[in-house]
Amino acid sequence: MLTILTTYPDVLIDGFINTLFSSVIALFFSLIIGTLMAILQLAKNKWISGLANAYVEFFKNIPLLIIVMFFYVVVPLYWFSINGFTAGTIGLTIYTSAFIAETVRAGIMGVPKGQTEAGLSTGLTQNETMRYIVLPQAFKIVIPPLGNQFINLVKNSSVLAMVTGLDLMYQGDLIASETFNTFDTYILIGLIYLIITLPLTYLMSYIERRLNVTS
Amino acid sequence: MTIIEAFSWMNIRFLLDGLLVTVEVALLSIVFSFIIGAILGLLRYMKIPVFSKIIGAIVDLIRNLPLLLIIFFTYFALPQIGIRFDIFWSAVAALTIFESAMLSEIIRAGLNSVPSGQMEAGRSTGLSYLQTLWFILIPQAFKAMVPPIVSQLISLIKDTSLATIISLPELTHNARIIYGQNTTYVIPMFIALAFFYFIICYALSKVAKRFETKLA
Repeated sequence: MLTILTTYPDVLIDGFINTLFSSVIALFFSLIIGTLMAILQLAKNKWISGLANAYVEFFKNIPLLIIVMFFYVVVPLYWFSINGFTAGTIGLTIYTSAFIAETVRAGIMGVPKGQTEAGLSTGLTQNETMRYIVLPQAFKIVIPPLGNQFINLVKNSSVLAMVTGLDLMYQGDLIASETFNTFDTYILIGLIYLIITLPLTYLMSYIERRLNVTS
Repeated sequence: MTIIEAFSWMNIRFLLDGLLVTVEVALLSIVFSFIIGAILGLLRYMKIPVFSKIIGAIVDLIRNLPLLLIIFFTYFALPQIGIRFDIFWSAVAALTIFESAMLSEIIRAGLNSVPSGQMEAGRSTGLSYLQTLWFILIPQAFKAMVPPIVSQLISLIKDTSLATIISLPELTHNARIIYGQNTTYVIPMFIALAFFYFIICYALSKVAKRFETKLA
């Protein structure tokens, strides 16, 4: 295992960086899209909330791989060329945004109605109340589940390997097929994933415990 | 019309063959991982010195790994140390290993959500530890467990698509073969894939929701 680490340090670091990079980009955009979708789901207009609902239900109930393959296979065939990393990251963003929308929506609904009414009665508009009163409180509720979404995101980013996304899993696969030492390579790759995900998991359960104590 | 050609009887049958493999792999993994997950979750809940800690550590390791890596591992790496499965059982084994870790965590959290007074009350009425667990705690914990278990099952069904990488002839794999032969079939095949997965997963989530409101 050590020989793999010393023979292919550049490849492994490259994969590690790509995995992190893809996860962080996807997290950033899926937070924005997911929050927007959650707000739209709660809109009074039936058409708007229906469309947002359809988006969330559709992408929650189909495999991530299908979304990623759509961008990798269909998009270049009919529209424009796209590399595996970009296709994978876009797919990850869309897939995760559906789950984040669901989490944030539950968070918004967890904020007591009186808060909205109080905000409105002080003269804030509907949008201002949402932005300054409801969302900040909702985010406190959703921090633990959002953390879990990020851990899932890091793990799910391994799907990039199936569309030549140059991530950690992909590089590991290359090393395995070059050295024929599949056992050690995959254990090593697993350990590198754990370096990212394990601290996050423990951090999240710590935050969860802290929040439980205060509430 | 390419759409009509794409959905020729032959292609539809090929897709349905794939769907059957998807369902078989999913069902077998669900049954196995539910049994193993329940045992592991209970053992962790019981807080047996050292033993529960070791199980906890293993579960934490497995559930923090990408499933794709576990699939690769069972199919490509385990043969190197003499453990050999065919493609079908590799997929089932990988899914079972991963999902039983996830389920054990859900089951443990569900049991922990029952107030400890329930256990004490059960024991003080003369029930044994196992009887209290079975008749008092598990029925109460069950309610809290149903929603996360269902969403885990849905992700298991979606995750079977990852086994396409070891050429398991499941739905995604078969769709890829069809559009690989004729690129004008790409869009119809993606529509078919989204349709099949969506119908199964959405239906499951709706049934679960109805079941939940009945429980509550």
